[in-house]
Amino acid sequence: MNAFFATVRRDLLLAMRRKSEVLTAVFFFVIVTSLFPLGIGPEPVLLKKIAPGILWVAALLATLLGLPRLFAADHVDGTLEQMALSPSPLGLLVAGKILAHWLLCGLPLVLLAPLLGLQFDLDASALGILTLALLLGTPLLSLIGAIGAALTLGVRGGGVLLALLVLPLYIPALIFGAGAVEAHIAGLDVGGHLSLLAAMLVLAAFFAPWATTAALRIALE
Amino acid sequence: MLNVSGLACSRGERRLFADVGFSLAAGEWLHVQGENGSGKTSLMRLLVGLSPADAGEVFWRNEPTPSVEFRRDLIYLGHHAAVKEDLTPLENLRLAAALDGVALDERGALAALIRLGLRGREELPVRVLSAGQKRRVLLARLLTRPAVLWVLDEAFNALDVAAVKLLGELIAEHLSAGGMAVLTSHQPLPVPGGKVLVL
Repeated sequence: MNAFFATVRRDLLLAMRRKSEVLTAVFFFVIVTSLFPLGIGPEPVLLKKIAPGILWVAALLATLLGLPRLFAADHVDGTLEQMALSPSPLGLLVAGKILAHWLLCGLPLVLLAPLLGLQFDLDASALGILTLALLLGTPLLSLIGAIGAALTLGVRGGGVLLALLVLPLYIPALIFGAGAVEAHIAGLDVGGHLSLLAAMLVLAAFFAPWATTAALRIALE
Repeated sequence: MLNVSGLACSRGERRLFADVGFSLAAGEWLHVQGENGSGKTSLMRLLVGLSPADAGEVFWRNEPTPSVEFRRDLIYLGHHAAVKEDLTPLENLRLAAALDGVALDERGALAALIRLGLRGREELPVRVLSAGQKRRVLLARLLTRPAVLWVLDEAFNALDVAAVKLLGELIAEHLSAGGMAVLTSHQPLPVPGGKVLVL
């Protein structure tokens, strides 16, 4: 487990040395979600209706922005090769990298969402559900995205391919994540939506590092 | 301890080599020679298990590889710098050790860097070091990571005369302590003895 935490620490340290890369995704999220209320104008009913969808789509795209860099730098400078030959299981190191990606690209979105949701006239309880749904959903996005990032590693024009590969897989998270907030606004129970998100997260947490590791080994050949 | 038999590798339609075999016992080393494009690096990558062989087997301590035990005993330094430009040499060494699950305190890492002639450079970002100094940071891992088998691909590239001599000494020390090494290089190596394999 020490190797797992060492990987998380390493990636966080590297991100701190290159803050601009992390801040890009966060600023993207803030700006995109702020453009809609500015463009549509002060229509609380409409804004409230589109809020969950817009916040979730912006979160998907913001996560996607950081994905190509997840393994690319390590691949180019050869440290990924060293990880693959390390006595520590590669799956554990990959899981550490995915957690670091979520801490850098997912967690800031979760923390900012309540603030950005205010622009859409969401009330406190709806903001709570939104935050909770993103808290369950964004790690899922990082986990699924890591598989795509590993599969497109070293491919020319991999960024576009990555988006085409990963965005369809994000649809269930989008439907149940945004659906939870919509259901809450409509006065329905959100337990089902959140449980499904949590179930998908557990499933992805189990399989995604394994699938990512397999894809990385192929990319390294 | 290292037994290789019948290794074959092709790139596309082109057969690079076939039926390559050798064995190394404690204290022995192998110099892999061959012209550019003859498959030296491919052989190294097959040997350490980064790419699969078309045919043939690699046995380590009579067990087929890759295995966790093999990876624990192995250190492979390839063409890549394999160091993080944004981190200092000290951070690079300590994080690499932590990822491998090897305990390495600051004093141990410093001692290795000083031995490699990087005194006073340990707190600078690797990005500002020269190519040869980056190479030295990578080579410091030979000292901080206990391994029996060293697989060094063109490790003497970009090194100055003093560093070539130093690396020769490190390899000689490693061999006399019962280690093994597989090296590729175009230059004559400053290490006595050794088997030769020409591809």
